Amino acid sequence: MADCVRLRYVIDGENFTSAGEASVKVKRSLRQMGFSPEVIRKVSVAMYEGEINMVIHARGGVATVDVYEDRIVIVLEDEGPGIPDIPLAMQAGYSTAPDNIRSLGFGAGMGLPNMKKYTDDMKIESVVGKGTTITMTVNV
Amino acid sequence: MTVRELAQKLGARAVCEPEPDRQVCGCYTGDLLSWVMGRAQADNVWVTIMTNINTVAVATLADVSCVVIAEGAELDEAAAKTAEAKGVNVYSSPLSSYSLCAAISDLI
Ligand SMILES: Nc1ncnc2c1ncn2[C@@H]1O[C@H](COP(=O)(O)OP(=O)(O)OP(=O)(O)O)[C@@H](O)[C@H]1O
Ligand SMILES: [Mg+2]
Repeated sequence: MADCVRLRYVIDGENFTSAGEASVKVKRSLRQMGFSPEVIRKVSVAMYEGEINMVIHARGGVATVDVYEDRIVIVLEDEGPGIPDIPLAMQAGYSTAPDNIRSLGFGAGMGLPNMKKYTDDMKIESVVGKGTTITMTVNV
Repeated sequence: MTVRELAQKLGARAVCEPEPDRQVCGCYTGDLLSWVMGRAQADNVWVTIMTNINTVAVATLADVSCVVIAEGAELDEAAAKTAEAKGVNVYSSPLSSYSLCAAISDLI
């Protein structure tokens, strides 16, 4: 399984109108590569939630998607404020999103739970004041 | 049923209709995007009052067959352009989310 296609995107933390763009591009690439709708859906949900979180909570970041024959690995890295209490952040309904963000339809506190639910493995590494790296794997 | 047939029966106006022949299967309603992302199924009709650009991204990624905007709300201009480009069908109706879902339930 040495063969891997790497997709890489810089996620702009300022630009709300293009938020989700990288996820849409990944979805299109996976479709062209012939992955099943289920796999594409899992990756789309997980990547979108992670991408939006980087825009809303961490002033942007970098997304790397490694596509192997038997799995897809998504790594989201940011240099935002970090997550002080990861189990709390993982709870359905927990959100620190401000009102202006909530008015756009975000802030249900369901993003991280969705990422967990739609991937086969998820690891969060976070240091307060330094940033967060989330690694998610979807098995094909 | 196709999205166009459904929209005509609902009396909903086409805001943009890049894929009129797309088949409809089931329906989901909600305005909180992470709920929609996690729960809407492919080919669902999505009934919502959210009208910003993020609606279009969620519709694309959740792979819904169309978005029906309730309460006569208007999709903002940037969102309408993006929807057209991304192949997302969007309709608008003066009915409430409840009335739309009830009508859709009778039709599909
Ligand atoms: N990359 C990140 N950097 C810093 N904090 C984060 C990051 N991702 C998530 N968080 C924190 O974890 C909380 C929960 O995230 P989650 O995605 O579940 O909900 P949300 O983004 O607030 O709302 P939703 O995703 O439902 O729109 C956030 O409100 C935020 O406090
Ligand atoms: Mg989130």
